[in-house]
Amino acid sequence: MPGKLKAKIVAGRHLPVMDRASDLTDAFVEVKFGNTTFKTDVYPKSLNPQWNSEWFKFEVDDEDLQDEPLQITVLDHDTYSANDAIGKVYIDIDPLLSSEAATVISGWFPIYDTIHGIRGEINVLVKVDLFNDLNRFRQSSCGVKFFCTTSIPRCYRAAMVHGFVEELVVNEDPEYQWIDRIRTPRASNEARQRLISLMSGELQRKIGLKVLEMGGNAVVGYLQCFDLEGESGLVVRAIGTACTLEKLSNSSAAAPPACNSPSKDIKEPPFSEDPNPNTHSSGPSTPLKTQTYSFSPSKSYSRQSSSSDTDLSLTPKTGMGSGGSAGKEGGPLKTLLRQQTQSALEQREFPFFTLTSFPPGFLIHVGGVVSARSVKLLDRIHNPALGNTRSYKLLDWNSFAADEPETRDAWWEEIRQEIKSHARALGCHAVVGYSESTSICEEVCILSASGTAAVLHPKFMQEGCLDGYSDPSRLSRQPATFSAGSEKGEFDIFPQSKDSSAALGLEEPSPPSCGFCHIPYDELNIPFPAHLTYCYHCRRQKVPDVLFTTIDMPAEAAVTGKGCLIQARLCRLKKKAQGEVNATAISNLLPFMEYELHTQLMNKLKLRGMNALFGLRIQISVGENMLVGLASATAVYLTALPTPGGIQIAGKTPSDITYEQHISNMQKKINDTIAKNKELYEVNPPEVIEEVIGSPIPEPRQRSRLFRSHSESSDEVSELDLSHGKKDAFVLEIDDTDAVEDIHSLLTDTPAPAGFYSCNTEIMPGIYNWTSGLQMFTSVRVFRLSNANLTNQGLNKIFNDLCENLLKSLYFKLRSMIPCCLCHLNFTVAVPEDELIQVAVTAVAMTFDKDQAQENWKLGADKTHMKAIVENEEQLQFPLELCTESPSTNPFSPCRGTGLQESANAHATPRAASVDYSSFADRWSSWIELIRLKAQTIRRGSIKTTSSLEKASPLPEGRSRSLRSTRSYAGSTVAVVKMTPLSFIPGTRIIKYLGIINMFFIRETTSLREEGGVSGFLHAFIAEVFAMVRAHVAALGGNAVVSYSMKECVFMENPNKNQAQCLINVSGDAVIFMRESELEATPAPPQTSCSGGEVTT
Amino acid sequence: MSMELDVFVGNTMLLDEEVYKLWLDGYTVGDAVRLRLEGGVLQECEASEEVLHSDTMDQFRTFQMCERFLHCPSKLANQLLFQIPPHRQAMLIERYYMFDSGFARELLGKKLSKGTKKDLDDVSAKTGITLKSCRRQFDNFKRVFKAVEELKGPLVENIQHHFLLSDRLARDYAAVVFFANSRFETGKRKLQYLSFQDFAFCARQLISYWTVGSVDSMLEGMDVDLEKEFLHDLKDLKILITDKDMLDQHKSLVCAALRGKIKVFNEMEGNFKNLSRALVNIAVKLTHTKDVRDLFIDLVEKFIEPCRSDRWAVGDIRLFLTHYTSTAHKLDTFRHLVIWDRYMGVVKSCILKMYHD
Repeated sequence: MPGKLKAKIVAGRHLPVMDRASDLTDAFVEVKFGNTTFKTDVYPKSLNPQWNSEWFKFEVDDEDLQDEPLQITVLDHDTYSANDAIGKVYIDIDPLLSSEAATVISGWFPIYDTIHGIRGEINVLVKVDLFNDLNRFRQSSCGVKFFCTTSIPRCYRAAMVHGFVEELVVNEDPEYQWIDRIRTPRASNEARQRLISLMSGELQRKIGLKVLEMGGNAVVGYLQCFDLEGESGLVVRAIGTACTLEKLSNSSAAAPPACNSPSKDIKEPPFSEDPNPNTHSSGPSTPLKTQTYSFSPSKSYSRQSSSSDTDLSLTPKTGMGSGGSAGKEGGPLKTLLRQQTQSALEQREFPFFTLTSFPPGFLIHVGGVVSARSVKLLDRIHNPALGNTRSYKLLDWNSFAADEPETRDAWWEEIRQEIKSHARALGCHAVVGYSESTSICEEVCILSASGTAAVLHPKFMQEGCLDGYSDPSRLSRQPATFSAGSEKGEFDIFPQSKDSSAALGLEEPSPPSCGFCHIPYDELNIPFPAHLTYCYHCRRQKVPDVLFTTIDMPAEAAVTGKGCLIQARLCRLKKKAQGEVNATAISNLLPFMEYELHTQLMNKLKLRGMNALFGLRIQISVGENMLVGLASATAVYLTALPTPGGIQIAGKTPSDITYEQHISNMQKKINDTIAKNKELYEVNPPEVIEEVIGSPIPEPRQRSRLFRSHSESSDEVSELDLSHGKKDAFVLEIDDTDAVEDIHSLLTDTPAPAGFYSCNTEIMPGIYNWTSGLQMFTSVRVFRLSNANLTNQGLNKIFNDLCENLLKSLYFKLRSMIPCCLCHLNFTVAVPEDELIQVAVTAVAMTFDKDQAQENWKLGADKTHMKAIVENEEQLQFPLELCTESPSTNPFSPCRGTGLQESANAHATPRAASVDYSSFADRWSSWIELIRLKAQTIRRGSIKTTSSLEKASPLPEGRSRSLRSTRSYAGSTVAVVKMTPLSFIPGTRIIKYLGIINMFFIRETTSLREEGGVSGFLHAFIAEVFAMVRAHVAALGGNAVVSYSMKECVFMENPNKNQAQCLINVSGDAVIFMRESELEATPAPPQTSCSGGEVTT
Repeated sequence: MSMELDVFVGNTMLLDEEVYKLWLDGYTVGDAVRLRLEGGVLQECEASEEVLHSDTMDQFRTFQMCERFLHCPSKLANQLLFQIPPHRQAMLIERYYMFDSGFARELLGKKLSKGTKKDLDDVSAKTGITLKSCRRQFDNFKRVFKAVEELKGPLVENIQHHFLLSDRLARDYAAVVFFANSRFETGKRKLQYLSFQDFAFCARQLISYWTVGSVDSMLEGMDVDLEKEFLHDLKDLKILITDKDMLDQHKSLVCAALRGKIKVFNEMEGNFKNLSRALVNIAVKLTHTKDVRDLFIDLVEKFIEPCRSDRWAVGDIRLFLTHYTSTAHKLDTFRHLVIWDRYMGVVKSCILKMYHD
């Protein structure tokens, strides 16, 4: 009996009126876990019942604890008829199972009903007593921590990064069970919600087991997705990166000098002082060329027979891995280091990492984007062999993998193999920023995977490696080196010190600000035509002219100017079809779509005068009669890469004079736009002599790094040469109306209004001084195409306008936050029905200080101290701020009329809440004195100096106190919970991760018009989802959700029947954060602040 | 081809005070967009009408969802659906309960019944305020009235406590509640020149000095009703006009005090007995509920109009009333000085407030 779950129902409030006669409610509560149910007494005639129940105790296996949610149902007692359900609360108790996360769940939860939405609130207390279980064969994986964050969480350091973990679970969808015909929509929705909750619990537990097997203790970059396959079932799948994380304790954190010093070390080479001024311009040096597309149509993109599928999916297990790579690589390996890493990674089936940003020194080289897509028919799983087994409550698909070739596991395996071989072709042994997605329409499913091929440093992956170095000084330095996710941002990166890098076998140390740009593949054996130059930063190694990646920009990268969001948008009509025909049609369209998206991206990149893309995400969604493609990325100018050339327009028929004029007009427009963009994004690269080094390929060509394939079967890499054949990408040829449209769409991309920046990555390159303004939002739009005979162009324009208008709308709505940046601006497209296009976006708007941004930028450029600045600036500058703090932290400053800045002052109150000097060590008390001093300067209220015994007690105590004080300050009982899709909140430090939030909700209505139509319905639902997420976080004791994302938003409507249904899946990490200004009350030992901060809250 | 669905939801409620005002004023989305366009919102931020429409729709929807919390403002602070910073909550509530004085003037003293609500279209037509806004304001009146009519303690504080309003707005509501409860006649043609603020001032005077709560403000007071005992005691003032000697003595005292100080001395001297009779008669009649309702019309007809026809200046009236009140203390046989001062204090302030064109 490994665990005892205890729950107590305290009270309810704002309950709905259930008895029309009395206008009151006789409410009681059922508490259910597994198969055990308890009930409270009926609290008669009240809308604010006080049950104050006993502790309901459930004695359960920890396996169940992981899988099952605690289910709380509020009902209205009815003497004569059946009791009416008011609503439910599902509480995921997983956060209580980890010793480091939350210890109690306590708070007000919205009571949710799938038909009526939120109906009042209920106050619940939940605790878990875990008994130690040393059984080696246990099925549970309690204690493994999960993080949605795709970087090393901020208060941990990665001792080891083990690698890729994946799992999937399949079940029948209750919505499609026969019983659904006779049960109410509510019962059906609840069955579905409960099932998905169970399945995600199970999935998490299984992944946890894999992590334990690998020797890890956490999963970072955990990405869980649902595939609603309709008739054929429900798939819940997840991928993540297994790590061994160590909590940063005071002693292990680097001392402040250590965190400042590297900034000197990484000083940018003074290339601007280059004695030779630039003589040739880096402008359009390429002749006019026509574009051709080297994709060979003979390659089969149609579905192959299942037998060949099987072949492929089974290959990897028999170790095609290393053998294949040796053959592919052929040429001499570049460094010993690579060999080392290679061997470390080869041992893994898939050297994939879902992380998008890395500890310094981890990422050595980046090859480029690798992606693979595959079209599958879902009806395949209607297999007689499965008929019997699928009636089990929960069916683990994996267990059938052996005798069932066409399983989803095999499908994914196949795709991953492809990704792996693409990466290898780029001379890389690993894939970072890896993600997987699906798009389903009827029985056709497109599986996609993408990532960035990379060369990684082995030290994080193999413990053995650590012992391999004889240099004792290195060994001694290792703890600091490995402190990956530390807030301090240790910059003790090995390549800075020559001796250590030499010890590692690196031929040449690469400065971290450009090292990742250097080509990982062999120059003499380039896997694709490329145009290489010597790095413009260090001048020692070769770099490509354009770099596409799916990861965040490395913090230490040197950039020029600011970044911006770039989107390529595309629609393609297709004929309605069924089954194989449909799948084939889609397969045939895919390569053309990718090609075109890529061309658009490339052109838009040039138009901005930039040379690299980060966070590239290409989504292709399938509908009945069209495919929609959307690629988003953040463009930047990497100082290390060459200046991009312009765009030239060429006409096909040069005879006509008016035509010529037209073309030159356009050319002028384009040139103007480029010039304007350069100014707008402050892209003023220092002029340098362009040294084009002889590439082994006869003609220098536009280089493309998009490796992809659509094959389902062949294990040959279907490389699409996206480099426009032998022609140059800078040249756009107007030979038909299509091209004119293309150019038009290029130019119609309106830049963000003044004061706005946008990006789809975590941080905006070039902006370093965030202020406290923070507004997370979700926006959804559905567009109905009523015109039956649309052309591709027409459709493209509509889609393009849809996205552009959405962006414009966002800018307009958030105008009061200027200057601000929309971060993590990721669009999701779907084609929910025949003539509908749905676009959903979740992002965060963050304010920054414009003037300081300038200064800091200079400061930052001096130090090349990128990431550090975001986090360190506050603490570095703290002494200065001490005196001027009050005005700057005042969130209610009248100039910000919107009140988006949530009460920063609220946090000022808890600071001095309990201060007992007596039992503190001297330095602590002096530190606290300082805090107190500061508190006095800021706080408006009175200082309560209570001498409490708990002051040194563990966090929960302090936390609850802090929340209480926040409440009293705010004059309300609701604690403020911030939400952000980023992994951090500017100006704050995350002091504790409380567990993963992973929630799935269904909302349905049969009175659509009465609820304000589809918009009213969805608006209310999204607001409710936010409310429930916030309530759960607050109940865990947290005050923010980071890495928040809305992974699914499936909306269906039937206006004729006045009905609509929507499914939303959200996830994120619940955290406790504190303002840097509070924590860093003293510039002195910052590491004490971590624990000290907890004490004083 | 159309936008089927278009929503924007922020984690912290995003709202534009200007749009909130348009919503409160009862405009349709179309009208609101037009007004915003005219207001030049697009000049400060480049955007199209489409964008403006979408933004307006979003905000109107948000306000609509929020409205049920605004009906019970204390709920707004502990509801979970919207995350709203406290100062924004206060703004939302204050604006929601703010009313047009033109509307309030129309409704003043009327019974807040269904019948009155039905006639709101007339009010709307007369005041130019949209019917929707009229309904909201009416419902607010009624809600506040219902909540505090039975409550003990100071009226303004009760309103403030229940509806979290600013001091000023709570005072105005107190006036509305007070008038609705006592049903003072305010609709007569002769009273049309008086504004809501005039009446609100008078109401504050009445609440402060003539209600039960005014006597012992701490305890058990009911601010809504006039103190019965006091009204009954006012009968005793009759002696001022019935006792001829006293009336004459009063007159001579007043005349002595005012001689040379006011321009209309002669008119005053000639009219003194009428004026004094008018003021005392109003007091004496206040025992009857019906006459209480007519308090303001009586003041206008019996006192203000005669003075106005004689072209008294406000300063003259002030001097007259001041001395008229104070000289009563010098009357040998007049004993009801406490009642007299309590009565005249209020009547004087009311008359001064009401004496304008």
